[in-house]
Amino acid sequence: MDHSSERRTTTYLIGFALAVVLTAIPFAVVWTGALAGTAAYLLIAIAAVIQVGVHLVFFLHISFRSTPGENLFFLGFAAVLIFIMVGGSLWIMIDLHNRMM
Amino acid sequence: MSMTTPSATELLKEEEHHALKSREFGFWVYLMTDAIIFALLFATFVVMRQNFAGGPTSQEVFDLTHTAIETALLLVSSLTFGFATIAMTEGRAGKVVGWLIVTLILGLGFLAMEVIEFQGMIDKGAGPGVSGFLSAFFTLVGTHGLHVAFGSFAIAVMIGQVLAKGLTDPVRSRLFRLGLFWHFLDIVWIGIFSVVYLPGVM
Repeated sequence: MDHSSERRTTTYLIGFALAVVLTAIPFAVVWTGALAGTAAYLLIAIAAVIQVGVHLVFFLHISFRSTPGENLFFLGFAAVLIFIMVGGSLWIMIDLHNRMM
Repeated sequence: MSMTTPSATELLKEEEHHALKSREFGFWVYLMTDAIIFALLFATFVVMRQNFAGGPTSQEVFDLTHTAIETALLLVSSLTFGFATIAMTEGRAGKVVGWLIVTLILGLGFLAMEVIEFQGMIDKGAGPGVSGFLSAFFTLVGTHGLHVAFGSFAIAVMIGQVLAKGLTDPVRSRLFRLGLFWHFLDIVWIGIFSVVYLPGVM
């Protein structure tokens, strides 16, 4: 009992440390102006995607072994819906924007 | 040898367990639909982010230090809610309440900073009605803030429930669901500083 709660604490602390690093990197880059343009956007995007993964694994405890299949199914389903709706909206609007120039 | 038949209380217990499990699944489905709402608000913001309509630009209205402190408050509150969850599995009600109070203070601190930011922007003439950019900004960040406000209210309610009822199974289940909600809000905030604030000041 005591042993497993120690392990849980370690899990949260590892997740927290990773999240701090993955937050500090993009903030530092924008603050110092080390990168600009596409490279900076790319770095912010990559850090954000990794950090979402860190939160899902270390804070929400998503794993293929212990999370019920239905929950994973809905997570995947939501991801597909988001991809279609956000991707589609941005595609249409950016295309429209370019044509109106 | 006689068959062991489960007693009425055991059956009730099992029934309750099933009911709580299905609520946890239902709450997960709600969170996923909420994620879709946020995703579409993000898409709206990305489309509108350059539409300043002659009003203030994102460089003029965003303060990265302010955002960094908000980010820190929310991230630490996610950790302290995790500690409350661990204390719950240990069955230590006092510790749960303690960590929930810390989480609540951090959440309210975040809300206070957001209100100050919004008020400051409106005072500077950068209210939600000024441009497409500002409408999208206030809708997205305001919706997240509203979620944090509801979450903070729920934390206060759960502090009361733990004190009044102790760590019964329904209370544990509610705390677990509230934890999912709270961590989820932190994930949305990653999107907000990565899509709204950081590119906004670049």
